[in-house]
Amino acid sequence: MLNGLSSGDAVLLIEDAVYSALEAHQSIFKALSPDDIQLSALEADIQARGLEDKLSPRFSSVNDQGFVKLSCEHDKIVSWY
Amino acid sequence: MKFSLIVHASPFSAQTSSTAYRYAKCLLEEGHQIFRIFYYGDGVLVANQQIAPPQDETNLLSSWQSLAKTHNLDLVVCIAAAVKRGVLDDNEAQRYDKENANLALGFELSGLGQLAEAIAVSDRVITFGN
Repeated sequence: MLNGLSSGDAVLLIEDAVYSALEAHQSIFKALSPDDIQLSALEADIQARGLEDKLSPRFSSVNDQGFVKLSCEHDKIVSWY
Repeated sequence: MKFSLIVHASPFSAQTSSTAYRYAKCLLEEGHQIFRIFYYGDGVLVANQQIAPPQDETNLLSSWQSLAKTHNLDLVVCIAAAVKRGVLDDNEAQRYDKENANLALGFELSGLGQLAEAIAVSDRVITFGN
């Protein structure tokens, strides 16, 4: 998935994928410049797993409205599962 | 904006169907339009009217039904995926010589043409897979 990203893209982690937003996993995202790729994780899924205080600062927490907003801002959306 | 959603996962073994429901609800609250929701693969299992979860668990079937009723949503279930998993409407029950139909109210069995149309006419198609 990461290889397919280009400047201006955004990544939203949902459900169990939010674990990848933990500090311990940040080497995965090292190659992505914060100026080019927006990284976020779904708030409800972060809270359900008790990860509020453990997220990497590289990730922002996004609520359901934010999920909808991201979907509107990007005209091509790909789900990886 | 006009959205369509594709729901792939079983409502019993993955979080996906409930994520899709929450997303659909939020879309409508934010003033967007849902052209169609297409249930595919194990996602079709939510359209079985015989589903009777314990009272302290979320009933996704009735959640989808009431959302569909309030907002007049088009809930389409892939016919091939459904029949294979024992989710039948009256026609299919008759065709396969089964005693009862069990497709839940508010859902419709149809084919991939409905999915193709949804992809063609919607501004955004969001896949909830697993």
